[in-house]
Amino acid sequence: MEIDLGKSILGRNEELARENRRLFDSAGVFVLDVLASPGAGKTSTILATIAALRDRYRIAVVEGDIASKVDAEKVRAHGIPAVQINTGGACHLESDMVRRAVDTLDLGELDLVILENVGNLVCPTEFDLGQHARVMILSVPEGHDKPYKYPNIFQIAEVVILNKVDTMPMFDFDEADFRDVMRRLNPAAPIFPMAATKGEGVEKWATWLAARIEGVRAR
Amino acid sequence: MHEAGITRTIIDTAVEAVEEEGGTRINQIDVTVGELTDFVDDALQFAFEAMKADTIASDAVLVISRLPARSRCVMPECTTEFEHGRFDIECPKCGNPFNELVQGRELRIDRIDFD
Ligand SMILES: Nc1nc2c(ncn2[C@@H]2O[C@H](COP(=O)(O)OP(=O)(O)OP(=O)(O)O)[C@@H](O)[C@H]2O)c(=O)[nH]1
Ligand SMILES: [Mg+2]
Ligand SMILES: [Zn+2]
Ligand SMILES: [Zn+2]
Repeated sequence: MEIDLGKSILGRNEELARENRRLFDSAGVFVLDVLASPGAGKTSTILATIAALRDRYRIAVVEGDIASKVDAEKVRAHGIPAVQINTGGACHLESDMVRRAVDTLDLGELDLVILENVGNLVCPTEFDLGQHARVMILSVPEGHDKPYKYPNIFQIAEVVILNKVDTMPMFDFDEADFRDVMRRLNPAAPIFPMAATKGEGVEKWATWLAARIEGVRAR
Repeated sequence: MHEAGITRTIIDTAVEAVEEEGGTRINQIDVTVGELTDFVDDALQFAFEAMKADTIASDAVLVISRLPARSRCVMPECTTEFEHGRFDIECPKCGNPFNELVQGRELRIDRIDFD
């Protein structure tokens, strides 16, 4: 006998992601998913973004890590609410984890929720979380050829940050080549060079993000 | 990378669907994987072999079909649909690099053969 199923294997996560997105939309909260390798500067970029936008927007952070709560504590030290999700070994966030985390926040009192995904360039691409935008952070020490090795994550991101540009003199990072491969992979994605820990280049990125936040609030 | 989790979902979904139909034994599960996903056939097969034991799919085979990536040119005067790889995703007709993906990211159970 035969069953014609035609069912998406990621269906459950996709359903929950749609539910999350409806929830965020109705609360008028913009949700940003931050993707990068371990150590590329996700937490540093989040802190720099908070510094740039905290006077205009009410912000909270959801930290995804396999274990520990050090990143959430770094965010809380700046007086910003942070929820830590320990994925317990899972190498990416899924929609149900995000839902449980945001349920502990008062969405009505927020404008921006930033999700720090688990440092991983493979899995997160397959799991929609209900976010409004995904930012991919590549740091200079990782090399300009990362998009050749992990094209998917550079393709699904809506915007790319090139972080740690202050270390350019120490590495043979070929920015022209990086921009060239990005044009081929994802020509619509703007690229913002930044040194998150030095506050360099944060302004332009924050302006882009603020425009997107306004788009969701206007709905 | 997370082929194990995905394979678990494939087996659980198939077992549930077949048991609902009163089936007791799964012979074959057909799945479709888009070329733009990061799922590797060998890793899926490996996980499937490891996980199917002690289920009604213990003798089943997993058949994987891959779907090429396809996009549609967003220029209103063009709208050409074309297949492509991961790189150089520009319209072969007008050269426009901004295209809309229509196929290539799927991960789907199509058919289950059972007794
Ligand atoms: N020189 C320099 N160092 C940076 C910059 N941004 C981050 N770092 C350093 O890079 C290290 C990792 O930064 P994090 O922000 O913790 O990176 P992460 O991606 O959140 O790391 P995980 O959460 O562990 O995956 C820290 O030592 C930062 O101080 C930068 O712009 N320039
Ligand atoms: Mg971090
Ligand atoms: Zn994973
Ligand atoms: Zn065209």
